Amino acid sequence: MTGDADVVRVALPAHLRTLARVHGEVELDVTGRVTQGAVLDALEARYPVLRGTIRDQRTGKRRAFIRFFACQQDLSHEPPDAPLPEAVAAGTEPYLIVGAMAGG
Amino acid sequence: MSGVRVLVGTRKGAFVLSSDGKRDKWDISGPHFAGWEIYHLKGSPADPERLYASQTSGWFGQVIQRSDDGGKTWEPVGNEFHYQGEPGTHQWYDGTPHPWEFARVWHLEPALDDPDTVYAGVEDAGLFRSADGGRHWQELPGLRGHKTGPSWQPGAGGMCLHTIILDPSRPERIFTAISAAGAFRSDDAGQTWRPVNRGLHSEGIPDTGAEVGHCVHRLAMHPSRPSVLYMQKHWDVMRSDDAGESWREVSGDLPTDFGFPIDVHAHEPETVYVVPITSDSHHFPPEGRLRVYRSRTGGDEWEPLTRGLPQEHCYVNVLRDAMAVDSLDDCGIYFGTTGGQVYASADAGDSWAPIVRDLPAVLSVEVQTLA
Repeated sequence: MTGDADVVRVALPAHLRTLARVHGEVELDVTGRVTQGAVLDALEARYPVLRGTIRDQRTGKRRAFIRFFACQQDLSHEPPDAPLPEAVAAGTEPYLIVGAMAGG
Repeated sequence: MSGVRVLVGTRKGAFVLSSDGKRDKWDISGPHFAGWEIYHLKGSPADPERLYASQTSGWFGQVIQRSDDGGKTWEPVGNEFHYQGEPGTHQWYDGTPHPWEFARVWHLEPALDDPDTVYAGVEDAGLFRSADGGRHWQELPGLRGHKTGPSWQPGAGGMCLHTIILDPSRPERIFTAISAAGAFRSDDAGQTWRPVNRGLHSEGIPDTGAEVGHCVHRLAMHPSRPSVLYMQKHWDVMRSDDAGESWREVSGDLPTDFGFPIDVHAHEPETVYVVPITSDSHHFPPEGRLRVYRSRTGGDEWEPLTRGLPQEHCYVNVLRDAMAVDSLDDCGIYFGTTGGQVYASADAGDSWAPIVRDLPAVLSVEVQTLA
């Protein structure tokens, strides 16, 4: 999906909602191709406090215990420049940033 | 009226415990940053309203929080900790080279004279400094870049720089300690460093008296005598009278010389406190009795302090950064346990009472004495 600006819905894990001081989903204007990288860029631009909490600030590598889901798919291992599902780009489905189940 | 503010870092958040100078009634606030590991909080000696906190998570990484109102409100500041240059390698547990990787901030040490300057001791062991209130961090690479750096190995808890002591009489002198590399000293404000471990003997390393490789758990200094240092090592309680140039053992009649914290009375430089722990394989007090030991002779001769502390069925630990002293006329001593208790003594350790009993496991305790 391309366009001037798509509104993408992003669901953050509870700890990151607290850190960013938001409630519920975040709606982001994403310009250009709606990719994971573009969504995370827009998220971090709006909420700089989230820089480093989802992906490494220098390499962009996803933190080990973070997962990216959308439309019942695990997109965690997709490259950052891969387009997100149309339903995410259209704002009908949220992009889910999830803290992996770990630690028991 | 004078008072104290006790800053408690736990596995699941931070707590601020406040009292007047009597220290018998406490106001508890928290959890701040609920659900996150708070390795350490500390206030600026130059501005007691300025606090720094290290907030970490295996999921979300490192956040540094700052308060300008004594812990009522907090603001996230900078969390970029990048080693300077090519990070290089240290030894991994199996002896293979392992790249230096930032994991978390263990200890924050605000400068003595400037609330905006603060040092951070990190895992993998390195020393960082911020001069803008925690917004930006620069490594002081001379420590990690010491020629022995590639031979450093992590202790069981990771390769952490856990102790930073600033010498009040010589602003250019800094002491640090790293598990399991040892103690280090800089005499040029952190630009260059050298190990100060002569006299230490560690059975767990091939050369028991090596220049580095010692699992130093904690250092303590009394500000009026900055050349005297006390050390709780993995095993052994040690003392130096020459700013770390040489050490001698002062474990004396302790029931065990394994432990983590060590601290010094605010007004008596020869009065020292430790919490003996059974062994490195039994991280709990001997015989299930929680005893702080006090020496009034700078070591060697120790007395158990038990009044108000559990003397049966107690199997908690007290971690390296979880003891502190206030500087009221009757010096107060504080420590926190892995069982979530924070104990306070308003009479230099003669008697104790819990401030709180059921916090998450306590990682760190600091005290601010308020005018």
